[in-house]
Amino acid sequence: MTPPETPKYKTTDEVDFVVIGSGAAGGIVAKELSENGFRVVVLEQGPYLTEKDFIHDEIEVLNRDFLTNHPDLQPNTFRKTPDEKAKPQRTIAYGRLVGGTSTHFTANFWRFHEIDFKEHSKVGDVPGAALADWPISYADLEPYYTKVEWEIGVSGQANASPFDPPRSKPYPMPPLPVKSSGVIFERAARKLGWHPFPAPMAILSQPRPGRSACINCGFCLAFACEVGAKSSSLATAIRMAEKTGRCEIRPNSYVHRIEMDANSRATGAIYFDAQRNVQRQKAKAVVVCANGAETPRLLLLSANKQFPDGLANSSGKVGKHLMFNSGAMSMGVFEHPLNDYKGFAVSRILHDFYELDPDKVGFHGGGGLDARFDMTPISFAFAGLPPGSPRWGKGFKDVLSNNFARTVEIFCHGTSLPVENNSFSLDPDLKDAWGLPALRMTYKDHPDDVKLSNWLNLRAAELLQAAGAQKQWSFPAGEQEFSVHLLGTCRMGNDPKTSVINSDHQTHDVKNLFLCDGSSLVTSGRGQPTMTIEALAFRASDRIRALAKRGDLSA
Amino acid sequence: MDNHLSRRGFLSQSLTGISAAWAAAHWPAMLSASAHARQAAQSASPAKFEFFSPEQAAEIDAIASRIIPTTDTPGAHEAGVVFFIDRALVTFAKDNQKLYSDGLPALQARVRELFPSVQKFSSATPEQQDQVLESFDEQAPGKGRRPLIPGPAVQSFFETLRVHTISGFLIDPDADKRGNRDGAGWKAIGRDREHMFMPPFGYYDKDYPGWQQDPQAPDKPKS
Repeated sequence: MTPPETPKYKTTDEVDFVVIGSGAAGGIVAKELSENGFRVVVLEQGPYLTEKDFIHDEIEVLNRDFLTNHPDLQPNTFRKTPDEKAKPQRTIAYGRLVGGTSTHFTANFWRFHEIDFKEHSKVGDVPGAALADWPISYADLEPYYTKVEWEIGVSGQANASPFDPPRSKPYPMPPLPVKSSGVIFERAARKLGWHPFPAPMAILSQPRPGRSACINCGFCLAFACEVGAKSSSLATAIRMAEKTGRCEIRPNSYVHRIEMDANSRATGAIYFDAQRNVQRQKAKAVVVCANGAETPRLLLLSANKQFPDGLANSSGKVGKHLMFNSGAMSMGVFEHPLNDYKGFAVSRILHDFYELDPDKVGFHGGGGLDARFDMTPISFAFAGLPPGSPRWGKGFKDVLSNNFARTVEIFCHGTSLPVENNSFSLDPDLKDAWGLPALRMTYKDHPDDVKLSNWLNLRAAELLQAAGAQKQWSFPAGEQEFSVHLLGTCRMGNDPKTSVINSDHQTHDVKNLFLCDGSSLVTSGRGQPTMTIEALAFRASDRIRALAKRGDLSA
Repeated sequence: MDNHLSRRGFLSQSLTGISAAWAAAHWPAMLSASAHARQAAQSASPAKFEFFSPEQAAEIDAIASRIIPTTDTPGAHEAGVVFFIDRALVTFAKDNQKLYSDGLPALQARVRELFPSVQKFSSATPEQQDQVLESFDEQAPGKGRRPLIPGPAVQSFFETLRVHTISGFLIDPDADKRGNRDGAGWKAIGRDREHMFMPPFGYYDKDYPGWQQDPQAPDKPKS
């Protein structure tokens, strides 16, 4: 049977849904809605690349933003606090192509734990933070986590960690093979009485139709997969959506305004096409999945007479409560070659420190550790050598040659507390290449986040010592000014005064406008948000479908 | 070498019983690997410079060869780094043309200033060459932060040349950048040329018995 053709809708066709963004969330929303009979247009600002385009050229990928937002075209500004004037500075990186950031992520796919949804109830107010409970629980999301694992493809070992939350089904495929870094990590952690386990990864350990299992090429973090083994939206949900014959993926479409009618209903999206001509796609409802930076920016750019402070922003919370996930890293060099440049980044992790007792440690939060090697040859030469190493000459070559195959990174991932001032807003002066106001980031880590990172980093150093590293060093955590985890900026909640969307991902203010991506998160989890973003996208699609069937979205 | 042997060992061992299935499952990648090899063969065309004169190229080659010298393993010279830089200066690093045009004569002047009897960098002894470069290297090692690759806004001629040399030494040899000729740079750092690998990967995972639950693990975590 030949698959139905991918439709080409006219912009004047009123489709059922326009989905803005094709990444981790947008891909799944497009798949779920089109599989349920709706007509969907996905507007993606980046190009439509496929496996044949994906290269291992570090200059193009890491240095020249082949897959990511380009700072010359879409500049950012940064300031620590709202009373400062923001200065031009690159603050974010995200995948700017069909599939979004899911095309080039590390693919760590931890579920959130029960505590992440009800932390405020458990620990109470944290000074300086706007900690809140989610309007949904882990149990509400559990079936959708399982859906992500089975439909999108996650490798892992069920119940291998005593700290894992309950699950209804095992993983669909076994964990990826262990790397030498993973073996070192596992042995040392057990020596210390901790509980290492195989990392759940959104990378195939077994082939699936049209997709290869991981071939361990070693160009993984920041690179897109040329054999479809990485479970990006591009390799999974987008193709399923296209297969329905009801979903059009429209690349090179940079949305800058959600169009509204006089009755406070969204009527479609206005965007620049590849030639920078303005187009209007009409739709019965709009779902914004543009990521935790671009989603609030789009709402703010869509301000009009009725919504002078930005669309769906009666609470004033659009763009606020930005969270990154805190992080720190220690590195070690071992006697024998690990050859960790082969393969994906992470094979072993641990969650012993997921819920720390604030009374014992003196700060709020928790986190996890992983063993990884996520560097490629050039990035290793600039970022992988011990501090104080020679920068050129024989000494440089010697340390580079000795260490490349012998180095392991122990990465610490942790809580980022929601702080109201931490935010994305529109820069009053700087414009992007299309003449739109640039994104301005205001961000200063909550002091507990920095304390947590440094505490976890001491555990990482302990682990390297127990593992018998010949040489080890740590990068202390400082206040962050750059992130790829963009979370919490249109948070979910029951109260329209303190949140932007309800538990159905519907904005409190506009009935047929939905938001689903990192911006929906109420807490940051402990470091790996994409699994939760995708579970939310499956759940949001179910909720939107139910509302549409009930007629709540019709004009 | 070790890796090579152990991978072959893996393939010949029937005890894993998965080699054939593994190969079948990975055929798209094998196709992609052979495409890589073909591309590499095509790019091994005779060298011609697009930005440098032959004389300039000889000097850049000499400088790059002190940044990554030839030892018992290949250095910048064997990896053809000068060809990478030459191509870079007419493509992605066009903005650095002036830095090179001004920087090279300044460096030669420094050679004559420090060593009046020496006419140019390439005629100096290795020790003299290193002294010249040290006098140009004013960059302190980066502190704390961890940039993946230094950004394009590079400061000085020497720092630019250093970044370009290292990049040209280690770039994917199959990339369209004329660097890392024959994978010489990867050979020097111990990275196999392939883009597809099988476990076991390294020393510590080769005898791993497979995942087992820690017998000491509690059923319920301690709080």
